[in-house]
Amino acid sequence: MKEIVIISGKGGTGKTSITASLAYLGGTDVVVGDCDVDAADMHLLMKPDFTISEEFYSGELAVIDQTKCIQCGKCEEICRFKALPLINKKYVVKPLNCEGCGYCEKICPSNAITMETQMIGHCYISTTRIDNQMVHACLGIGAENSGKLVAKVKKEANRIARQSNKEFIIIDGSPGIGCPVAASLSGAHFVVLVTEPSVAGIHDLKRVYEVVKKFKIKAGCIINKYDVNTEKSQEIMDYLSTEKIIHISNLPYDENFTKAMVNGKTIVEYDKNHLRKSLIESWEKIKFFTNI
Amino acid sequence: MKIAIASGKGGTGKTSLATNLVAYLAENEEVVLIDLDVEEPNSGLFIKGELIHSEDKFKMIPQWEESSCSLCGLCQKTCRFNAIIQLASDIIIFPELCHSCYACSELCPSSSLPMIKEKMGELKHYKKNNISFIESRLLIGQEQAVPLISQTHDYIDQHFPNGILKFYDSPPGTSCPVIEATKEVDFVILVTEPTPFGLHDLRLAIETMKVLKKDFGVIINREGIGNNDVLDYCKNENIPVLAKIKNNRKIAELYSVGKLFYKEIPEVEEQLKEIKNYIFAKQKERRA
Repeated sequence: MKEIVIISGKGGTGKTSITASLAYLGGTDVVVGDCDVDAADMHLLMKPDFTISEEFYSGELAVIDQTKCIQCGKCEEICRFKALPLINKKYVVKPLNCEGCGYCEKICPSNAITMETQMIGHCYISTTRIDNQMVHACLGIGAENSGKLVAKVKKEANRIARQSNKEFIIIDGSPGIGCPVAASLSGAHFVVLVTEPSVAGIHDLKRVYEVVKKFKIKAGCIINKYDVNTEKSQEIMDYLSTEKIIHISNLPYDENFTKAMVNGKTIVEYDKNHLRKSLIESWEKIKFFTNI
Repeated sequence: MKIAIASGKGGTGKTSLATNLVAYLAENEEVVLIDLDVEEPNSGLFIKGELIHSEDKFKMIPQWEESSCSLCGLCQKTCRFNAIIQLASDIIIFPELCHSCYACSELCPSSSLPMIKEKMGELKHYKKNNISFIESRLLIGQEQAVPLISQTHDYIDQHFPNGILKFYDSPPGTSCPVIEATKEVDFVILVTEPTPFGLHDLRLAIETMKVLKKDFGVIINREGIGNNDVLDYCKNENIPVLAKIKNNRKIAELYSVGKLFYKEIPEVEEQLKEIKNYIFAKQKERRA
């Protein structure tokens, strides 16, 4: 069983649409995981049935028992996150500021503060409309610990893939280079970088690839909308060969890319021409290089 | 007035909008643009200027002092982020997991965990005519954007007066970096695209802004690529749509080489004018 992670650094390069197409092509050989937990979109194309829904608890929040509080102010003094201000003569917890470190609980002389575990989101296990197993999640508004929820999605996807002897896990990652990206890369066998030929696309590709290098994972790249600027596409291809990143494919700019999404379909179902052909070739290449 | 430019979905045109709008406004007045998408800062690719100040940004992490440590185990028990582990005769610290809460350091009975600085990123301050541009950039390998965003807000508050218009180019998503970027602003512009993904993530972003009790409006970018659902949704929910920018391959081409495009496309300039009028009206409303 091999795990393939699709990331991009920059948002909006077409990661999710491409991942959904790969998942369609992989069919029942793959388990799909949507690790872009704070803006998860893949379910809009895969139409999972939410067979199992599980609350996800992680991280803690300080809670003050006002009957025990002696207003000594120690908690406010030590809190580095300005989460315990004095408002109307009461110390109150600002939930969006509290990091859940528990320092205030330890230092409170009257034991007025306790730490409560937070429900930060939901994790779902589903069967999609094309019959693959899918693990997805939804992070609560403003929640922290998205990295932990990403790890949970991956863990469940791995468990299912092992139990049912699947060949591949395909993971849709999140934009950026921070904790959810690091969490989605951990343990992967192959990374697909989706980029676009623009100064921002290149800039972000280079940064996220530096993160991939730290994980020592083999990587390939898909250049989406390559014909919007062929000079920039050439610049990307030169970068790929310098860094020994496998050049998987160039996808042309095509209205069907968005039309497929509007119709709730994957690109390979909706398009009958170049996009479809390029994506089929891409999937074959990805499988080949993942298995080497 | 502080205005954040955010979106649930990535790649909807936050940075394009922020940089073009700021350049347009700067034709007549002083503006500040702050790139808070510290993981992937892109505004600087479009707004250049003279570097007038640069500083390293640090987070505080504990450092183990073996000589005085009694290996009592309290630090490992205290840290809720698993950033400190005690082995038989060693303490190991994982800086990327540390949230700089100081608990281990200040509760250590033998003071064996003094806090030291660790570089997490860089802040750069540029100036070009009426535009002050501040960019913060997270170092590769650092996983927490929040402390750097927070310190960037502090820098802005210290260096610019209240009256001046400030635009914060924010990270995508709805989790902690977005909250940190937007929680102190006066108004949020949510940039979306008229597609199912755009609508889905816009709804999440709106939920987030409601939790934060923020005043906000929507800009629909690449109008024409999808359907009318975003517009209908905004109408039904009484959410102001500040502008609609038509899909145009020329925009994509100019964007791809790092060029501002509002001067080349009169329709865009018209839309920026609408946004400007909206913002000025908001400003008046706030002063009143």
